[in-house]
Amino acid sequence: MARNIKLRIWRGDSTDGGLKDVVVEANEGEVVLDVIHRVQATQMGDLAVRWNCKAGKCGSCSMEINGKPRLACMTQVASFGEQETITVTPLRAFPIIKDLVTDVSFNYKKAMEIPAYEHPKELAPGEARMQQIDVERSQEFRKCIECFLCQDVCHVVRDHEENKKSFAGPRFFIRIAELDMHPLDMLKNRKKTAQEEHGLGMCNITKCCTEVCPEHIKITDNAIIPMKERVADIKYDPVRWLGTKIRKREGL
Amino acid sequence: MSGVFSPTRARIKERTLRTDKWWLQPLVTFGVLISFVIYATFRAFEGANYYKDHLISPFYSPCLSDACLPEATILGFTPFAKEIFNFPLSPALIILIFPLGFRMTCYYYRKSYYRSFWMSPPACAVAEPHKKYTGETRFPLIIQNSHRYFFYAGLLLNVILTYDAIISFKNPEGQWGHMSVGSLVLVVSSTMLWLYSMSCHSCRHTIGGRLKNFSKHPVRYKLWSWVSVLNHKHQQFAWFSLAAVAFADIYVRQVATGAWTNFYFF
Repeated sequence: MARNIKLRIWRGDSTDGGLKDVVVEANEGEVVLDVIHRVQATQMGDLAVRWNCKAGKCGSCSMEINGKPRLACMTQVASFGEQETITVTPLRAFPIIKDLVTDVSFNYKKAMEIPAYEHPKELAPGEARMQQIDVERSQEFRKCIECFLCQDVCHVVRDHEENKKSFAGPRFFIRIAELDMHPLDMLKNRKKTAQEEHGLGMCNITKCCTEVCPEHIKITDNAIIPMKERVADIKYDPVRWLGTKIRKREGL
Repeated sequence: MSGVFSPTRARIKERTLRTDKWWLQPLVTFGVLISFVIYATFRAFEGANYYKDHLISPFYSPCLSDACLPEATILGFTPFAKEIFNFPLSPALIILIFPLGFRMTCYYYRKSYYRSFWMSPPACAVAEPHKKYTGETRFPLIIQNSHRYFFYAGLLLNVILTYDAIISFKNPEGQWGHMSVGSLVLVVSSTMLWLYSMSCHSCRHTIGGRLKNFSKHPVRYKLWSWVSVLNHKHQQFAWFSLAAVAFADIYVRQVATGAWTNFYFF
């Protein structure tokens, strides 16, 4: 059954902007992205919103709904009270372009800074063999849809613009963890660079990235903390350090 | 102006637009942790009422000072003097650094107190009040990387507290085969401490998490799988063990002062 709902949508660009009130019809089963599209079609023809799959798999429609970073296509209108006003704003950690669209290029720059997988030289393409138990940890991280909600909610950059230079963010810590746990990756010093170049030590594990992940990846418990422990092995644990020197290996 | 109020970001004047009670969880955490800290500090300095009829408080075990009651020590082993620089040294102060350090550097408690005490951040998507942030890259927070050593010390303490729980199955005359409410309290306390320790992230890493190839280490992989199951409940074990240890101390203190009678089931 259709009903009218109250929305507050942030409209503006890098020079100015503010929250605008609208009332729009919502049908049973609709998500926030549906009603934003209806506002766009009936009341605000120039409303900018980024979206694509409407199935929670492309990561395009990331925004903040009642202050929480969420995917608009996966947020049911029915999850809010009938009299509640739904406030929709762009992601607040990234530069604004227009209305609900932000410039997320920070994330692509960070992605380029992560060294890629390095294949063993003695194995030709097609010769690599891995067992399921060796790769299943990393498979969780491959579910990432790059919605950048974790990057948006992380207070290290959300609340401190100056940290963007030295902090890769949770999305890229799971990338680093995925590669460091890869049974065939040959690149040395991944742990060291995670700490010294990508800012792993800046993370104070308050788990907001895990809370907002629409793919329910246990970012903190399964990627960031294991990486912090691996870094502790090589940088802060004299016993482990001595062990690796004697046995001449990085710590497999 | 930095953070969410940076000039390049959407101009929104509120620190957060969250409409739920985001402040409730850090407030409750603050209240519970500060209550525990006040109580534990009082008990650590009290230096009395920690032993009665084979029940010893977990705050005072192992009792390693000359100030300890002889029956509260382990085979009379007391390497520490009862005073230091003419100040009385409570036996609890010698050992509490280890469980305190274990909990202070614990990955779960770090989340709790960074949020509730330091408000960094107070809740997700709520702007923190600090102008600068360097995380755990500098002193003193870089010490958090020593968590594994406190974990190892915690294991040793768990062995001793389990021994205490076993000893509590004696009656006041020293005969085995008796069980009291105090025995139950100490068994629950030591069990919760084992679960808290074994679910620890450092334990998970040490036991197998650091490996790249699980297939080459099937036993460690199996152990890692079990610890991972416990690890998912680390938060709950952190709170339950804290409550169990606090209650065990309260119980022993009440029995030692004579306020409560330790009831024997058999």
